[in-house]
Amino acid sequence: MNRHLLSAADLDRDDALLVLDTAAELASLTDRAVKKLPTLRGRTVVNLFYEDSTRTRISFEAAAKRLSADVINFSAKGSSVSKGESLKDTALTLEAMGADAVVIRHHSSGAPHRLAHSGWIQGSVVNAGDGTHEHPTQSLLDAFTMRKHLAGGVGDLEGRRVTIVGDVLHSRVARSNVLLLATLGAEVTLVAPPTLLPVGVETWPCEVSYHLDSHLKDADAVMMLRVQRERMNAAFFPSAREYSRRYGLDARRMALMPEHAIVMHPGPMNRGMEIAAEVADSRRSVIVEQVGNGVSVRMAVLYLLLGGAQLGSPLDTATEA
Amino acid sequence: MSDTYVIRGARVLGGDAADLVLRDGVVAEITAAGAASAEGATVVEAAGLVALPGLVDLHTHLREPGREDAETVESGSRAAAAGGYTAVFAMANTDPVADTAGVVEQVFHLGRAAGYVDVHPVGAVTVGLKGQALAELGAMADSAAQVRVFSDDGKCVHDAVLMRRALEYVKAFDGVVAQHSQEPRLTEDAQMNEGALSGVLGLRGWPAVAEEAIIARDVLLADHVGSRLHVCHLSTAGSVEIVRWAKSRGIDVTAEVTPHHLMLTEELVRSYDPVYKVNPPLRSERDVMALREALADGTIDIVATDHAPHPVEDKDCEWAEAAMGMLGLETAVGIVAATMVDTGLLDWAGVAERMAFAPARIGRASDQGRPIAIGEPANLTLVDPARSRVVEADELQSRSRNTPYAGRTLPASVVATFLRGRPTLLDGAVRPAHEGANA
Repeated sequence: MNRHLLSAADLDRDDALLVLDTAAELASLTDRAVKKLPTLRGRTVVNLFYEDSTRTRISFEAAAKRLSADVINFSAKGSSVSKGESLKDTALTLEAMGADAVVIRHHSSGAPHRLAHSGWIQGSVVNAGDGTHEHPTQSLLDAFTMRKHLAGGVGDLEGRRVTIVGDVLHSRVARSNVLLLATLGAEVTLVAPPTLLPVGVETWPCEVSYHLDSHLKDADAVMMLRVQRERMNAAFFPSAREYSRRYGLDARRMALMPEHAIVMHPGPMNRGMEIAAEVADSRRSVIVEQVGNGVSVRMAVLYLLLGGAQLGSPLDTATEA
Repeated sequence: MSDTYVIRGARVLGGDAADLVLRDGVVAEITAAGAASAEGATVVEAAGLVALPGLVDLHTHLREPGREDAETVESGSRAAAAGGYTAVFAMANTDPVADTAGVVEQVFHLGRAAGYVDVHPVGAVTVGLKGQALAELGAMADSAAQVRVFSDDGKCVHDAVLMRRALEYVKAFDGVVAQHSQEPRLTEDAQMNEGALSGVLGLRGWPAVAEEAIIARDVLLADHVGSRLHVCHLSTAGSVEIVRWAKSRGIDVTAEVTPHHLMLTEELVRSYDPVYKVNPPLRSERDVMALREALADGTIDIVATDHAPHPVEDKDCEWAEAAMGMLGLETAVGIVAATMVDTGLLDWAGVAERMAFAPARIGRASDQGRPIAIGEPANLTLVDPARSRVVEADELQSRSRNTPYAGRTLPASVVATFLRGRPTLLDGAVRPAHEGANA
């Protein structure tokens, strides 16, 4: 694996499977009574969050702590950043504190890339979501969840059909998922109104459609994307109601899906907008499970990037009391 | 006396070698190579060098007044001399904006005092570049600065009525409106050329149509009111087609291209390094090739640098937070040599037309961009077309360091620059024209 995880495109098939297999192994270990492993003891992981994100930050924090790393949470609000400190100066500060890995969430696309390649810090950089660019660990946890339900929890996703619906234009989740799912052999169809698809989407490794109903009956998984409130007044679509009618997943549409198909959402959801409450709460919904899998996948990423001890038997016996 | 320079054996506009004798600010003699008397003169050995008229940049940001941390009239003038220029047109987006006779005269006098190049201030079209009310264009035209080029560069005069009035009004003093063609609504928060790559990188797209729609509107307006129009920094193949069409209809339009749009493509944005962030944005390979062809066939009239200095902290940051613009004055000749001369698209006479004669004509700088002939002002640039050079940001004369070419090798070098017979660049040293020459 590379030293950083900035884009889902950084992962080839072997890398992606290594992360998923490692996550599975870590999940089985931490499912036991003892949740904490000593593998990253003495290492420092910084969560550098320029955007509010309860779920991703907590997930990375839990992942690092279960590997016994020291965790420093640094959020832009109420910090030196709110006093106008630049990313560069913040990075130099973290470097001086000896950060082994920096998990960064930033509103600007490419900020993790800058952090990794500007010589400001030596440690590994993990992209926890940058602007409208990518969110690679989200795609890994989504793939992990799909593999568990659709492929017996092993191997890749060859031939599985995944329909991703919503605001693709502004979605870092969609970008990372298209890249990773293609690497794993899945067939992805993006469904969105034409206004919410980026120019050039036809060059992506997926199909594109404007019609949701046509892409439900063959789907193994349907992933609904969050529609941000600020899009609603910018002429991307006429009204929330019309969006919901044309692109929302309600009970009628869910009934078109095959029996085994799952419903996914990266959260946070707009119930009643892109997803009906009865769908979100249905037995096909794996949305809560996605969150739990996020911790395992992020443990695997930190473990592999920071080159912790070998997994396997030594680790079993070395678990902390 | 040391005020006389004999330039020995230079190829005038890349043609036959000759000796040029510069005396009393003019080209006093032109003789066969080796024939001019060196008595009492300083000899500049110029065998193999190309003699061009002093270059004229119609689009420079000198940043003074207001952002002296990025550039001053003095430091920008030094950069210009080092790049082979003898005149620059200083854009109006300073702080305060150059929208009054007072500010343009200040910039003009700072240029005089610096003494490296003729500094021609550009006047703002609208008050404060706000696009709402015409600035006092006539007062700027009548001032000591003799402003003839008006531009809200950095902002587009997007109101069609205001643009029409500006085009009409400047006819009274033979002025020209230089339009920064950027439809504002289509480019809100835009970060890079809109295409497949912007989608992949997750950066807000800057569509070609935002440039082309304004150019199309403006050439039609210029036609309707019988005014001349200058289009700043064309960056797309579509813009080229519109200007080509307008010229074929006899519309009085001129256009410029920057060196960076002749060489660099949007692929560089993959690095998210803001040194490549510029307005208009870097475009595709196809656009670059169309711009080169258009510059060769005359659809695009001139090369203008859009030299845009920024302090380090405005570039050493995230892409979206970074300032737009890149340095240009000290690398323009090398870029044009690489993209136009070495590719066979232009000869050196063609370069002289596009970097000196035509920009001086468009800007109405009557003593610049003159032929290299006896009695003409001795504004000259000597280029060594065979001396390649690695660009080192720390060696630039500009106060800023935001060059996208650091570490690149450029195939040609500017060796000497003369402003009215006095060297502003010679033997690697940059110096003002008004001191030392009589010592």
